[in-house]
Amino acid sequence: MRHIKGFLIHIILIFVCILCLLPFLWLTSTALKGAGENIFAYPPVFIPEDFTFENFKMVLILVPIVGYALNSFIVASFTVVLNLIFSALAAYPLARMNFKGKNIIFFGILATIMVPFQAIMLPIYIITLKLNLVDSYGNLNGYLGLILPFAVNAFGIFLLRQAFLAVPRELEESAVIDGCNSLQIFFKVLLPLIKPSLAVLAIFIFIGSWGEFLWPSIILTKDSLYTLPVGINDLQGAFSANYRLIAAGSIVSIIPIVIFFLSLQKYFIQGSTEGAVKG
Amino acid sequence: MQSYKKITPYLFLFPAILLLTIFFFLPFFQTIIYSFQDYSNDIYNPVFGTLLNYKTLYNSPIFIKSLVNTFYFLILTTPFLVVFPLFLAILINQKIKGKTFYKLIIYLPVVVSIVVVAIAFKWLYAPNGLLNYFMETFNLPHINWLSSPRVAMISVALVTIFKGVGYYMMIYLASLMSVPKELYEAAEIDGANEFQKHMTVTIPHLMPTIALVSTISAISALKVFVEIYVMTKGGPLDSTKTIVYYIYERAFENLDIGLASAACVVLLIVVMIFSIINILCFERKKYGL
Repeated sequence: MRHIKGFLIHIILIFVCILCLLPFLWLTSTALKGAGENIFAYPPVFIPEDFTFENFKMVLILVPIVGYALNSFIVASFTVVLNLIFSALAAYPLARMNFKGKNIIFFGILATIMVPFQAIMLPIYIITLKLNLVDSYGNLNGYLGLILPFAVNAFGIFLLRQAFLAVPRELEESAVIDGCNSLQIFFKVLLPLIKPSLAVLAIFIFIGSWGEFLWPSIILTKDSLYTLPVGINDLQGAFSANYRLIAAGSIVSIIPIVIFFLSLQKYFIQGSTEGAVKG
Repeated sequence: MQSYKKITPYLFLFPAILLLTIFFFLPFFQTIIYSFQDYSNDIYNPVFGTLLNYKTLYNSPIFIKSLVNTFYFLILTTPFLVVFPLFLAILINQKIKGKTFYKLIIYLPVVVSIVVVAIAFKWLYAPNGLLNYFMETFNLPHINWLSSPRVAMISVALVTIFKGVGYYMMIYLASLMSVPKELYEAAEIDGANEFQKHMTVTIPHLMPTIALVSTISAISALKVFVEIYVMTKGGPLDSTKTIVYYIYERAFENLDIGLASAACVVLLIVVMIFSIINILCFERKKYGL
């Protein structure tokens, strides 16, 4: 009885895993098919008969995918760094200090969680234009326009606030006796203690920023500043008739994030236990 | 020294509050103000204090359709995203080999950009693509996945479900760890079978998580955009046009700031209702309320 149950569970889970991989495998298969092979063949052929890496070479020559990946990496990395610094700084007084207006600030930040970005993106766009944070004023401005609207995330502030609350007060008190000021306590005592939460936050912000499509597609005008999602979506227009190249480009674009995910998997699993941010 | 101490908390909070003011509070209030402005005479000198935009929305069949479509999409995705990931989480939580492997594969679509997932599905949905071949193998008629107004929204919903299952499964797995083992043993002694055990122990224990997943998946359904932008552009015949897509069109294609902002306020109200329920009822602990 036990065995039958275990067997059934494996069958179902393997089936679900196949479904989860199928779209990507089919894309890979299409990307590996040469010009001599009909990609609409009936019945479909999974293992390419005219096997070739030509499509990957072509798409890398025709489209600056590596450049897109670099842009995505720059934007995601700085978004992560700024989020960690600003969220941690803001979370500390909310967890540990008493001051006037604390409740107003607390609920003000909480309110930002309830409002979807899509509902306020039009004025954000206008403000970003007025601050000249667009690529027509240079690459640095372009990057800042991609990063700054997402440089603070209220989820992060609350995640780190909870982490600070879990640190025993005695540690701080002994640091005060040793003559540390607030900044020293923050950087030398508290930050090292909440490293696991910082790691979880970093990873989820990175994934979110890496996959973000709507904002960069609105704000970017220069092809050279495209992030991966924007660049990959553009492949559809550029190669409308050539699904081999679209498929090859799409597959190349997911390699970095899949490696990132597999190498940091334990943090992903830990992150979901802390109810982290949705990417 | 004393005065330095007094401003310390504000110094810590300053960068976050500055950024939230510029990129959140300011645009939030501007959205509301814009929605009450009449841009029809002079786009640079709009007149404040009109309900014109809201009246136009109310009388716009396309906006009403977008609203209906959005809730249709919610009904297509949310129930499935509440139930199926729970089922998978319970399966993975059993004493089986290869748990980590299963978790990783099922979580994979969550980390891949939605743009790539949508492109991959567009390829599966092609008229003579892989899915129609499977239909044929089961002796079923071909389906116009993305070109039939009756089916397109379901096809889009499948993509959202595909992308979301792993995320919600992980949330369930995390709270499954907190179910006391003794409860299962007690149920076994009472002669409960596998199914009864989960109905009497697991489900009641996970009720708060089930509620949480319901609200967060509903909120993200209300905000759906990228899948639609990549696959159907709101078509065919506006059958996949949702609120956010409507806003995007008004704001960035028609440059109709007033109308777009009024639609934003509608989205704002709907999402905030769900969010307030969510935070007050299911996420109090997370936010320390």
